[in-house]
Amino acid sequence: MLVSIKWLKDYVNTQDLPPAELGEKITRAGIEVDAVIDRSDGLSNIVVGYVESCEKHPEADKLSICQVNVGEETTQIICGAPNIAAGQNVIVARPGARLPGGMKIKKAKLRGEESNGMICSLQELGIEGKLVPKAYAEGIYVLPENAEVGSDVITNFDLDDTVLELGLTPNRADAMSMLGVAYEVGAILEEEVKLPEITYTEAEDTASSMLTLNIDSPEANPLYVAKVVRGIEVKESPMWLQQRLMAAGVRPHNNVVDVTNYVLMEYGQPLHAFDYDLLETGNITVRHAKKDELITTLDGNERKLSLNNLVITNGEKPVALAGVMGGANSEVSKNTKTVVIESAYFESGSIRQTSKEHNLRSDASSRYEKGVDPNRVIPAAERAAQLLSELAGGEVLAGSVIFDKLQREEKVVHVSPDFINSRLGMKIRFDDMLDILNRLQFKTEAMNNQLMISVPTRRQDIQIEEDIVEEIARLYGYDEIPSTLPETATTPGGLSPYQQKRRIVRNYMEGAGLLQATTYSLTSEKSATQFAMKQTELTRLLMPMSEERSTLRQSILPHLLESVSYNTARRTDSVALYETGSVFLKGHDELLNEEEHLAAAITGLWLDNSWQGEKKAVDFFVLKGIVEGLAAKLDIELEFERGEMDGLHPGRTAFITLDGRRIGIIGQLHPNEQKARDLKTTIVMELNLAELFKEQTEPLVYTQVPRYPSITRDVALVLSKIVEAGTIEKLIRSAGGKLLKDVRVFDLYEGDNLEAGKKSVAFSLTYFDPEKTLTDEEVTAVHDKVVGALKESGAELRS
Amino acid sequence: MEAQLNELKTQALDKIAAASNVKELNAVRVAYLGKKGPITDLLKGMGKLPAEERPKMGALVNVVREEVTARLEERMAILEEQAINEKLQSETIDITLPGRPVKSGNAHPLTRVIEEIEDLFISMGYEIEEGPEVEKDYYNFEALNLPKGHPARDMQDSFYISEDILLRTHTSPVQARTMEAKGGEPIKIICPGKVYRRDNDDATHSHQFTQIEGLVIGEDIRMSDLKGTLSVFAKKMFGEDREIRLRPSFFPFTEPSVEMDISCFKCGGEGCNVCKKTGWIEILGAGMVHPNVLEMAGYDSKRLTGFAFGMGPERIAMLKYGIEDIRHFYTNDVRFLSQFQRTEV
Ligand SMILES: [Zn+2]
Repeated sequence: MLVSIKWLKDYVNTQDLPPAELGEKITRAGIEVDAVIDRSDGLSNIVVGYVESCEKHPEADKLSICQVNVGEETTQIICGAPNIAAGQNVIVARPGARLPGGMKIKKAKLRGEESNGMICSLQELGIEGKLVPKAYAEGIYVLPENAEVGSDVITNFDLDDTVLELGLTPNRADAMSMLGVAYEVGAILEEEVKLPEITYTEAEDTASSMLTLNIDSPEANPLYVAKVVRGIEVKESPMWLQQRLMAAGVRPHNNVVDVTNYVLMEYGQPLHAFDYDLLETGNITVRHAKKDELITTLDGNERKLSLNNLVITNGEKPVALAGVMGGANSEVSKNTKTVVIESAYFESGSIRQTSKEHNLRSDASSRYEKGVDPNRVIPAAERAAQLLSELAGGEVLAGSVIFDKLQREEKVVHVSPDFINSRLGMKIRFDDMLDILNRLQFKTEAMNNQLMISVPTRRQDIQIEEDIVEEIARLYGYDEIPSTLPETATTPGGLSPYQQKRRIVRNYMEGAGLLQATTYSLTSEKSATQFAMKQTELTRLLMPMSEERSTLRQSILPHLLESVSYNTARRTDSVALYETGSVFLKGHDELLNEEEHLAAAITGLWLDNSWQGEKKAVDFFVLKGIVEGLAAKLDIELEFERGEMDGLHPGRTAFITLDGRRIGIIGQLHPNEQKARDLKTTIVMELNLAELFKEQTEPLVYTQVPRYPSITRDVALVLSKIVEAGTIEKLIRSAGGKLLKDVRVFDLYEGDNLEAGKKSVAFSLTYFDPEKTLTDEEVTAVHDKVVGALKESGAELRS
Repeated sequence: MEAQLNELKTQALDKIAAASNVKELNAVRVAYLGKKGPITDLLKGMGKLPAEERPKMGALVNVVREEVTARLEERMAILEEQAINEKLQSETIDITLPGRPVKSGNAHPLTRVIEEIEDLFISMGYEIEEGPEVEKDYYNFEALNLPKGHPARDMQDSFYISEDILLRTHTSPVQARTMEAKGGEPIKIICPGKVYRRDNDDATHSHQFTQIEGLVIGEDIRMSDLKGTLSVFAKKMFGEDREIRLRPSFFPFTEPSVEMDISCFKCGGEGCNVCKKTGWIEILGAGMVHPNVLEMAGYDSKRLTGFAFGMGPERIAMLKYGIEDIRHFYTNDVRFLSQFQRTEV
């Protein structure tokens, strides 16, 4: 809502506060002033000029040489506008004048001809192009004939004004009108509100002699008022009206349309004007549309209607989409002689539905959607009639054609002063409360320590006691509220075990050298299931904004890899990212099964200390080591089981299992995948965190530091390449029994000295007895058993 | 013999002085004091002397031997030190070369902000509650006093998956769920999480972002309690000398509703580019829980009251760290993320 302060002063004394100060007071009381716009900002030395003559420039087709009377002299100005002509009053920026954007007008020569100033369009005065009347949109603005030559344009045409831009919350629909804002400002400044005085002379003929009215849908349209004004002349509105509309962000059209818009802005009540003759039938019938009925609205679009849409008809065909937009078939034009002014109350739900269905929002529909004041419907119609008789030379027919079934009594709210103070934690005096309610023009009655408050119909947001609490508090001032802390029982507070573990994982991953990333949950259909451990049916949005963000992810990796590529494309060759977040799987419930996952991706060098000759590229085992470390941290035993997945290297991929359940995947990207993503060797993993956190961790009890030494024996084996070290390790462990404390691979060799298809793996076995120092014989006995078992399995011992 | 002894001594001392390293000096020791050396020979030859001369000569030999030994030790100490110094000299390294890098990552700036806020409220006795990101319309809107067709639903154009399921537009449904689960008991929680709205991504909008909300319900919770709580938060988060102010606002789930500004932490209230010359920065929205919301969750709104507040970690991070574009949080540029390595304590 744009509020011209000059216009506002018609209704309320603003105490000549500087606009910024007034804006601050309005903001602090509850309606946020988003901007304070000085309409004359940067303007100076701009006067009314009379174009005495206008000739083509001999050297330039598009330029005219004008002799312009600017009051003190007649001077030559070159003008490039197509609509310049002799006999016009125009806006002249004199040499030395300033225009918005810091432009300064100087005497100049244009193609050899002197030019002493500039003839201006409204855009050049800082008015938005879309607000400039169509006739002047492509050229200069032409002032009325009676404009005083040489006078100051800024003051004479109300540009010396400031506009407050209000950011209205949905509850304050009452402030979508100048009168509504006046009531608010009146309450803040403790000033009275002056309503417009409506007087005009009526014709002898009555409106009902010319127009009949049928309302077929009284629930959706409980109040309809029509006024008939005849003998009008459709023309441009006077300057003051055009300026006010432009200040309010409305484009002037002609006097009839402008009057309906002016009253809309003034009262917040949408009006519509029909050309009476184009109605043809002298009848207005309001009904729901028939299925597939057609109407061409004023914006030129033909719309197919549904049974939900309320339409205004002439008894036969639709002439307007009720409360949303008029129809082209009854539009007011230059030839219009008689108009029907409609002021109606349409139920908000019906308008919202129609507006949404046709994706059509207008100043009218946005007000109806939020609910208009039922008590302003009739005054607004009268106000429009008055203005049409004044500005369009019309004759208002006596009375109105009216259908009125609208309930409009004031809501009464009961509240006690104690309630107000206890909710606020304050001690506001009863008298101060009454004073505030009076300033708001809420009628109050006090009885038995209860206030009975009648809320004016313009404030439909006030329904319950708490609403009154807010009204009192906002006008009393929130700065007056003291600061206290809740006097409830002290609670310990803290993180749940799950939340603690999540932080442990985070800290571990960061300590291991990975940066935490955050990517989007919405992705394309194509990548939604890539790398997903459990693929389910896709979950698509009903109305995605783009295909790229249309579907919920089932794995974190696709986006995490996009982030890796983003970095490598910017020459960060080594990247290590991790993310924790939800993936979204279809479950049996209507809600999705949201699993929190941990994903990681690493590429480039893991260690780069090249001047000392240490350089380690990422590989499978770097990331596997991180996962193993995490398992140790969480005291769980993860196993790695050879696996395959689209997009991963078939020989370098493993499923991660916990107690036999697959809870994760780790692997190197498939070369094709790497190529497609423009990546070098990249290792990824993803784990289901919820599964990882399922078990409650055992309490930590220390085991005694060994008092006896352990003994280490090595064994080197020649194995077929397809035999996995993990298999041999299991074999060793089971043969080694209790005394075997640890088994570690310490060497792997695949090379020339070995038969093709073979590899050599060396294990280091640690024996230990917590009860005593093991003797050589005891160790040898067990170790021989291990070696025996290995031999039996077909492994070849290397000496 | 005595002359011979003196001659020997002079010779030995000269050789000791001439030795330039430990090895040479050891050779001197062997040559003069060793078992086959001349002094030993002299002692062996004492038997040929008359018995009365023997003690005198013996003493003399010992004196010479001790003197030679002492000088030799002295010289040895010097040479040894010299040898060590030479070794150390040769082992000198260029200490300006870089150390072996320690790999270390760090939290995302939003995590950093969220955890800081979580910890602050935990210290004030709050628990952390979380909930699903794909939510029922009921918890996201209806239970929060936003029935179907409510004009305020316009404010949060949402991503629907079906008629009744959508990506939550705020973390408030967690509050609604918690209230329902607590069955009328007092509550003191903080709800962080991801939320989604139908916005085109640009410098100030993101279709996915994060929120943190707080909810306190108990007997006689007053608006002054909200103000006091927010004041503690503002001071802990943005500095002890921060002031707060409340401005009336509107949220369907609170009544009265307010927005909270803090005095600008950059200029202290004088006006600068951070506060857009106003001296105040808008930080969060809050209010007293609407009685409809309490009643819908089964609370007796006459007996129990509450307050709620909600803020955007993105906005707080942008203000705190001077980040100009919200998309940085979701692009994961390493050159951005790694700046949040260091502590600020
Ligand atoms: Zn500032």
